[in-house]
Amino acid sequence: MVIADELAKKQKAISIAEFFEKNRQILGFDSGTRSLLTSVKEAVDNSLDACEESGILPDIFIKLENTSKTNLTLIVEDNGPGIVREQIPRVFAKLLYGSRFHAVKQSRGQQGIGISATVLYSQLTSGRPVKIISKIDRDAPAHYFELLINTQTNEPEILKDKIVEWDRLRGTRIELEMEASYAKGRRQSVYEYLKDTAIVNPHARITFIEPDNNQVIFDRATDKQPLQAVEILPHPHGIELGTLMKMLRYSESDKLESFLRTSFSRIGAKTAIDICTKAGISPETDPKNIALDEAKRLHEAFKRAKILAPSTDCLSPITEELIRKGVGKEHIVDFIETTTRPASVHNGHPFLVEAGIAYGGKLSKEDKVEILRFANRVPLLYQQGACAITHAIENLSWRTYSLNQPGGSIPIGPAIILVHVASTHIPFTSESKEAIADVPEIIAEVELALKDVARRLKLYLSRQDNLEKRREKEEVINVLLPRIAKKVGEILERPTPDIGPIVAKIMKNVFCQRVINQNGNGCEVEIRLKNHGDSTHHFNVHESLPCSIGSPSPAPKIIPVGTQIDHVWKISLKPGEQKAIMYQIEMNADEAAKLPQLVVEGIESELITGAKAVNV
Amino acid sequence: MNETELTNKQIRDSLSKTTLKKLIYDFYDQFESETIPHITLPSRTKKNIELNTDSDVWVYGDSESMRSAKTVKGATQLLKTSHVVELLMKGHLDQNRSSTLRELYYISENWDIAKFNEQSESDHLIEDLEIITGLQREDFHVRPEENGATLYGPIKIKELTKRGDRTMHCQDEVGEAGYQIPYNVETIKFVEHDAKFIIAIETGGMQDRLIENGFDEKYDAILVHLKGQPARSTRRIIKRMNEELKLPVVVFTDGDPWSFRIYASVAYGAIKSAHLSEFMATPAAKFIGVQATDIVEYELSTDKLNDQDIKALESELTDPRFDTPYWKDQINLMLKIGKKAEQQAFAGKGLDYVTDKYLPERLTEMGVI
Repeated sequence: MVIADELAKKQKAISIAEFFEKNRQILGFDSGTRSLLTSVKEAVDNSLDACEESGILPDIFIKLENTSKTNLTLIVEDNGPGIVREQIPRVFAKLLYGSRFHAVKQSRGQQGIGISATVLYSQLTSGRPVKIISKIDRDAPAHYFELLINTQTNEPEILKDKIVEWDRLRGTRIELEMEASYAKGRRQSVYEYLKDTAIVNPHARITFIEPDNNQVIFDRATDKQPLQAVEILPHPHGIELGTLMKMLRYSESDKLESFLRTSFSRIGAKTAIDICTKAGISPETDPKNIALDEAKRLHEAFKRAKILAPSTDCLSPITEELIRKGVGKEHIVDFIETTTRPASVHNGHPFLVEAGIAYGGKLSKEDKVEILRFANRVPLLYQQGACAITHAIENLSWRTYSLNQPGGSIPIGPAIILVHVASTHIPFTSESKEAIADVPEIIAEVELALKDVARRLKLYLSRQDNLEKRREKEEVINVLLPRIAKKVGEILERPTPDIGPIVAKIMKNVFCQRVINQNGNGCEVEIRLKNHGDSTHHFNVHESLPCSIGSPSPAPKIIPVGTQIDHVWKISLKPGEQKAIMYQIEMNADEAAKLPQLVVEGIESELITGAKAVNV
Repeated sequence: MNETELTNKQIRDSLSKTTLKKLIYDFYDQFESETIPHITLPSRTKKNIELNTDSDVWVYGDSESMRSAKTVKGATQLLKTSHVVELLMKGHLDQNRSSTLRELYYISENWDIAKFNEQSESDHLIEDLEIITGLQREDFHVRPEENGATLYGPIKIKELTKRGDRTMHCQDEVGEAGYQIPYNVETIKFVEHDAKFIIAIETGGMQDRLIENGFDEKYDAILVHLKGQPARSTRRIIKRMNEELKLPVVVFTDGDPWSFRIYASVAYGAIKSAHLSEFMATPAAKFIGVQATDIVEYELSTDKLNDQDIKALESELTDPRFDTPYWKDQINLMLKIGKKAEQQAFAGKGLDYVTDKYLPERLTEMGVI
């Protein structure tokens, strides 16, 4: 007998359930704490997805009970649309059964593995069936099921199927017992997961009862539903050649032009012709007859043709406003900025990135910033180091944005960085869906989003810094300098020195000073002007006097005003420049000392020391 | 009190006052000449310490830092400086009064925003003033909280006290506790002596042992108690006796890394007060022990080095003050045997062992006797 025949006898199909039974760690069921977290996550994701699809504001209840030393019972209840009786066994007790696997649309769950894998885990570790109650309408009966998965056939085994009393309007309740442990006070915990979920789902109310009966409510911050995601056709950018060929072969159109229009989003008649021309293939060609090299040319033409970015309808951003509300309700901070990037595309799948930065408040100054990663509104708690979001954060030079970044890694400071990637297909590094793969298009978009919010953070911090500097200067000139001047005068038993020139210097102001010297019966008056600032100033100096003046240098413009005579000098001072105005006056020094303060016009009062600024 | 000495003190006080006044004049002039008031100081950091090859002690280098009234911190410092200078001029020198460092800190409570937040701050400012003026805190009539340690041996001194001259022989005319070194040793005159050398001792217990065993009489030695890290006055009097009386100095401490540093501050100067090194360090001072080699040779009772000890030894290996073959050998040996020993460990061989055998052997080896 041929060896291959021999081997063929041993080759047999293994059931998918059997496969996962032996490889449960790839689905996120390794340690006791992780298994519990994965289970909560799968159940909550399903509830949120179901509510969103039916336009219901989610109200989700999660309860954990200690069943034995090693086992916990998890109960998750929602107010979602419920599940029709016929579907219940397959939704919960058949792996890879679900409505979303074939849809080009953003949703939390994708493969339909999640909840049934949880059921399988529960069944393997506790030996007990999953208990389901579901009700689809106020007047409909509530169906109660107890289910097991037949791991040989991947088919549900129904232990109980009956109608029960349930005082809810509608919704689904799932109860599972499993080997698990409840951890608190660390990043990877049910509590943190629910808190992060509440941040990106501010429209949801989440009630959590811990095993010690402690109740935590993450309340909703808005009644606004997130945008509904709609299904779309694949986008031509980035679709793989193999996929394109498969689509061509099974096309129902008999012309290439109509194939393009009906199989892809963002291709209209005009674009379709343009693509055909660029590819050098007649629009009339039957798609099924297109050969490999033609398909290659077509694939190339997708890139050269001008095609609009995929429509964002299929994506559901949290939106800038709701991220702000979500972060603000779970953290006390001084500053939050958020951004939603326009949609982009990776491998034919539309995606968009949203980012937020929160700063200050009660956040720790010495620790690394907290990174909150989300994929389709699901918090990612494990494998932070392997994730594209983390890599994009590390790629950025945070020092430019006023945050410390020792060793070019995760920055340090009182900040939270939040990144949400929404896509019809999130490229995870593994089936446990904890880290986003390093797809260049995604990294680039995350970086752009981060730069946007980081720029605003920098602006905020530099404004704070300027305010701080201003406060400091004010303290120096108003409190400290006068005291030093007074003290040194006292010690030396001399008059207190004039701090005016120094104040002008510190404030970078223009300094004005009138110096009077007795000369015979009259006085020599000198007006000293010095610009300590960084820019040139033009202004007028006014001396409003009861009498006329003698031998002025330079000569002023003279304007009689009632009994007074206003003398006006037009002055222009470059940075660092000083000038003097001299004149004589017929009064003694004592009288001259009582002259009113100098008046300047055409300069802001903050920029002048030693004179009164007026605006005429 | 004789008249020339009184005049000397008056001259010193008046010089101190002039120097302090000059500092305030500088501020005043800065105001007048439209300069933002400031002072410059040498940086008081480890990096800015260098060996002065003339005097063989460690002093501050050229790197300077500026305190300017431009910032709140700088302006506050200048205001505090003005207040302190006023106190020193008008409260101390004019009235022939003094305060301790601690009292100075409390006095500042009345200075409103110029008051010190903790004593280390005012202590630091006094050190700054020493550096700026080239004077010492004694010149400002500021004294440390504790008195200096004690001295015992064949020397007759005359001390100018506030209540007149006191002359005494530090062996025949003092009690068993010895002569108390005052905080300002500049008021002491050495009248006469029969000493051959000075032995500076870390612990009081060992000084008492040497007195009890009559070591000072037998070897004509002046015993100076260091009391741990020695006070300024203790270091200064050792230096004065060394220079003025040409007496050799040996230092006898425990055998551990911290005691090596006590020796270094006697011989080379301390980092914190490097501005006074030339005034207080005695580069001629030699280390008697306890050496690491003594621990091995005399088979002393020991303790194991703990983690801090090991760290201290390792940091001494990079300390320029210990950068000699002798110290490298001693430190490396101590690290190798992993043990340290106290001075008192000699008692394990009998109470007379240290005075009859160890010290005479070491002093002969060092050529002191």
